[in-house]
Formats: sequence, C-alpha cells, structure tokens
Amino acid sequence: MALDQSFVGRSYPPTDPYEVGREKIREFAEAVGDPNPVYTDPEAAKALGHPDVIAPPTFVFAITFKAAGQVVRDPQLGLDYSRVVHGDQKFVHRRPVRAGDRLTVTSTIDSIKSLAGNDVLDIRGEVHDEAGEHVVTAWTKLVSRAAEGA
Amino acid sequence: MTAKISYDDVEVGTELPAQSFGVTRATLVQYAGASGDFNPIHWNEKFAKEVGLPDVIAHGMFTMAEAVRVVTDWTGDPGAVVEYGVRFTKPVVVPNDDQGATIEVSGKVAVKLDDNTVRVDLVAMSAGQKVLGMSRAVVRLA
Repeated sequence: MALDQSFVGRSYPPTDPYEVGREKIREFAEAVGDPNPVYTDPEAAKALGHPDVIAPPTFVFAITFKAAGQVVRDPQLGLDYSRVVHGDQKFVHRRPVRAGDRLTVTSTIDSIKSLAGNDVLDIRGEVHDEAGEHVVTAWTKLVSRAAEGA
Repeated sequence: MTAKISYDDVEVGTELPAQSFGVTRATLVQYAGASGDFNPIHWNEKFAKEVGLPDVIAHGMFTMAEAVRVVTDWTGDPGAVVEYGVRFTKPVVVPNDDQGATIEVSGKVAVKLDDNTVRVDLVAMSAGQKVLGMSRAVVRLA
C-alpha cells in the first residue's frame, strides 16, 4: 500500500542525548577490524588535531538509525518494517564524531516515493552536539518491498 | 585535521592502494554487537533463507565501513572524510565456514574540488559482484 505523501517534510522531536564513549568507539573500531590509533589512543587523536579519540565515519549510523525508528515505527505512517531493506546511505560531516560528544538527532522525512510497488522512504537525521552545533547529517533510504502477489 | 596526502600531489585518476577485507560469521556477530543491529538476516541462516536470501548476509553498514578504509588508510586521518555515500546494490553473502567472504575495495580520485578536497570513487566487490554502487567519499587533503 502506498504511503501517505502528506508525511513528506514531517520532522520528529529531537532524541535524548547519546553520550559517545571512548570504549564504545573502540568496540566499533575492533568490530570493523580497523587498527587506526586515532580511534583508541587520545594522544594519537590529539597529534592529528582532535580533542579526543574520534569515531569511524559510519559510526554515527547506530545513533541516527535508532532515531529513525521514530519514523519507521510511526503507526500513522504505517510502514511494513518486515519488508524493509536499506537502499542508500550518505553522511556529510561538519566534523568527526568524538568521545565525549552528547548528540541529539532530529529526523525528517525528506521524500516518499512509490516505485514498481515498492515504498521508498528518505529519512534525514540532523545530528547536533550539546552546544547546538551541527556535527553530521545522515541520509538513509529505506525500501519497503512490495508483498508478493500484491 | 592533518591528512598525510597532499592535494597538490594527486590528480584525477590517482589510484588509492586497494585492500581486501575478510568477513566471517564471527565478524558479523561482533559487528552486530558493536553497532546494535541485531537483524537475524546477519546471523541466522534459517531466518535468512525464509525471507528469500541465499544465506546469511553481511550488514550493509559493515561493508560501507570497510570500503571507506581505503580512503582513511590513505589519508591517515579519518576525520578528513567530509562526505561519504553508498548504494547497497548486492548483498555480501557469508557462508558458514572458516573462510567466510571477502570484500575487495579499490578507489581512485574522480574529481578535484575546492578547499583541498577531492572526490574518491570506490569499487567494492565480493564473489565477483559489485556490492556497492555510487560509492563516493569527499576527503580533505593536506
């Protein structure tokens, strides 16, 4: 069933702050097998001009995707999450995410399209720090595949 | 933010050192825990097949994280990545054996932009198939 176009442009309330911890960044870097010391050693990070260890470029997805859950689970929108696949992902960073950040995410529905029976939903997550400064924007395209025989 | 590659030293067509990344079922369990993405298609073969997949598949975000390492290892400073986007075109199928799957990533400078930035276009392959499309990173060089 096609999603309601009137949801385009709808923003959801900012999330509670997510506090980025050094050990969480380490855990993520180890999970992707990346030994770059800028993720684990504050001195190595400072040598590159960062105030503390930074997170890998895609780390913030864990935070923005959780925030996008507000959209995905919005009963009024009525997306069938069991049929959803991740289509595209993009990040634009004002600066890298780093340990000590307290990040909030504001999710907005950028577009809703129906292509060959699939619902295609573009969600934008604007990530700000505690001072209200923009850190990164994440664009997530979700595709809800048409049910067989529909 | 200090990249070790100088803007003046690269040209359109400059190739970045290619890399390959292994991924086993154990890798996916570890990534699930670290990322918080516990979708069973990434660890439960029975579930994956029930929803029409050939087998367990890697998290798209795992593949995305690996591919950009060709860029971050090149520049030295991952904080120099200004933009990064991909399209998930094919899944990385991860069999339940000791070898798992391999993701092969290459990249080259596609455009020289303003402010000492360049656009790098990445190609990520697994089992002979292109697993990412439109995989592009904009990175600030020294």
